Amino acid sequence: MSGGDIATVGELLAHAHAMELEAQERYEFLARQMETHNNRELARLFQTLARVEGKHAREIEERMKGMDVPEIGPLDFRWEGAESPEALDLGDMDYLMSPRRALLLALAAEQRAHAFFAGLLERTADEGIRRFAAEFAEEEREHVDRVHRELRKYPEEDDRRHEDMDPAGEG
Amino acid sequence: MTVQTPRRYKASDFKSDINPIWCPGCGDYHVLLSVTRALAEMGTPPEDIAVISGIGCSSRFPAYTNCYGFHGVHGRSLALATGLKVARPDLTVLVMSGDGDGFSIGGNHFLHACRRNVDMTYIVMDNRVYGMTKGQPSPTTEPDWDSALSPGGTGLSPFHPLVIALASGANFVARTFSGDIRNATRIIVEAVQHPGFSFVEILSPCVTFRPDEREWKNMVHPAAVEPTDDPARAARRIMTDDGFNVGVLYKGRRKPFAGQVAAEAGDAAVFDEEFAL
Repeated sequence: MSGGDIATVGELLAHAHAMELEAQERYEFLARQMETHNNRELARLFQTLARVEGKHAREIEERMKGMDVPEIGPLDFRWEGAESPEALDLGDMDYLMSPRRALLLALAAEQRAHAFFAGLLERTADEGIRRFAAEFAEEEREHVDRVHRELRKYPEEDDRRHEDMDPAGEG
Repeated sequence: MTVQTPRRYKASDFKSDINPIWCPGCGDYHVLLSVTRALAEMGTPPEDIAVISGIGCSSRFPAYTNCYGFHGVHGRSLALATGLKVARPDLTVLVMSGDGDGFSIGGNHFLHACRRNVDMTYIVMDNRVYGMTKGQPSPTTEPDWDSALSPGGTGLSPFHPLVIALASGANFVARTFSGDIRNATRIIVEAVQHPGFSFVEILSPCVTFRPDEREWKNMVHPAAVEPTDDPARAARRIMTDDGFNVGVLYKGRRKPFAGQVAAEAGDAAVFDEEFAL
């Protein structure tokens, strides 16, 4: 993950807030998607993950109060990839996805978020940015641990894609 | 402290409350993100934008945006959009389609919309299959795509939309991939801002009937050359590429068609006079 061009604490907070908010919105979106396709177990899991990300977004909003935080346009974020590191890729979904597979995708997203802040911490000499980057990197590491703990609840055989009863090309 | 002009809109301002019912994993979800981000980037108010569509999975699009919309008749989105833009040139008009709606049923309208060069943007989500009707081959399907509905493949040469657009007079031609949201957003902004008829083909996987298309994310690559304003040169490049070359491929200089007397006058009485029997 990039983030190397972040030059102020305000820019860092704007990125951190956008990352959490986008992750929350993405999980909410996926929860509705799974409700539509009657995968209720996964809908509940995505709702839970959305609540966790939303809580973090609110916490960052508290930190932003009184700070000079710039508004950043959709094309101007310093993510290396096409989207913020913590958002699940909509293209990875399928309607029969198991909770374990969803959690593996969530794990990868948390790891990308951690790498974003850890990378910034390595590259920047600004003390203010370093302090926040270290704090956010530590929080993301805790999220990684939490998803690992959740994963233990689901057996490894659920990694496979479930058999589609209405398969492609068999119309 | 840096003084900034506040941004007027967020991408969420362009999304409606209606929950999309595309299949999970469908590329059209990415396109919805790209379009709403592009609209936020441009800062045009939702009420000054019209999203027009025909029929098919991609054509559900107007319901999912917060702009004015018209979910029209199969293959006729461009005819409708042309009328709208000529009557209301102040609106930003986006036309959303798919490879079946746009190139088969609406194929003839495609040619003439390019030729007329009305200032609007035509976004075709190309998944090379009729997804809504359960997987029939479309005009852009590969000849050897083997499925229960097309055993052994159709054996037919696929339609080449970018070349057809160039040959027919489109003023802006680009290809992008749904999963590359940042690039797709940039291209949509550029297409809308370029005068005249802009055509953007978005490779948008149908993960249900073409699960092989999940691999597209590993196959697309940026166009190695800058866009040209020479249609013949652009056509040669496109005809010889592998179909996964993404970027702006042609930016023409034709003056857009802007209607004649009636549209300029903006007066209903002029229309009445024009069409009086």
